[in-house]
Amino acid sequence: MIEIIVTILLISGAAFMLLAAIGITRMPDLFTRMQAATKAAALGASFIFCAVAFFFSELGVTTRAAATIIFIFLTAPVAAHMLGRAAYLLGVPKWEGTVTDELRDRYNLEKGTLSSKSIDSIKKIPVYKQP
Amino acid sequence: MNIAEFTLLSKGLTVTIALLMAALFLAFIRLIKGPTLPDRIVALDLIATLIMGFIAIYAIGTNKPVYLDVSIAIALTSFIGTVAFARYLERGTKND
Repeated sequence: MIEIIVTILLISGAAFMLLAAIGITRMPDLFTRMQAATKAAALGASFIFCAVAFFFSELGVTTRAAATIIFIFLTAPVAAHMLGRAAYLLGVPKWEGTVTDELRDRYNLEKGTLSSKSIDSIKKIPVYKQP
Repeated sequence: MNIAEFTLLSKGLTVTIALLMAALFLAFIRLIKGPTLPDRIVALDLIATLIMGFIAIYAIGTNKPVYLDVSIAIALTSFIGTVAFARYLERGTKND
């Protein structure tokens, strides 16, 4: 019984990770790629660690697997948010089919703050050039 | 408890490793193609998560749970690496 559960969890976790990788290859711009990679990869990794916890069925292993899952779920959004903010401020090109950009004209680039009303940006978001 | 006793699970491990290898290959394509630096950082982050999965599968395959510690260490390093890269990129936008 444990064997069936572990096998199903492993294969579904690996399938979610493969979905993340397909998303990162096929999506048209950075921000869509990032949302594909972060969420699907975190879910796949948590499935695989659940499989590890079921397979060993020991207190120490289960605690470590749970700690790893919690750590992934805490850090993946933070890292993705920091990277997305940096990329947006850098002016990474968006997909040409992008409908709305709600952050435009709301960043004060001098202070690095975000306001809820539209402000006249002193400095516009620059055109991306490779650092 | 030996892994060879579980016939279904050893087949499942083979399938899982094949799927993860395909995912690693696709992430590596994005790492090479770019086109921008943040794209490569996202690909690196995904590769670190994939390697964590690999190590967890290896722990099941060899029946040694100590390998989970390696996986935790990789999670810590990849998070710190991504945050450091993001700080570096954001620093580069200010012209001073």
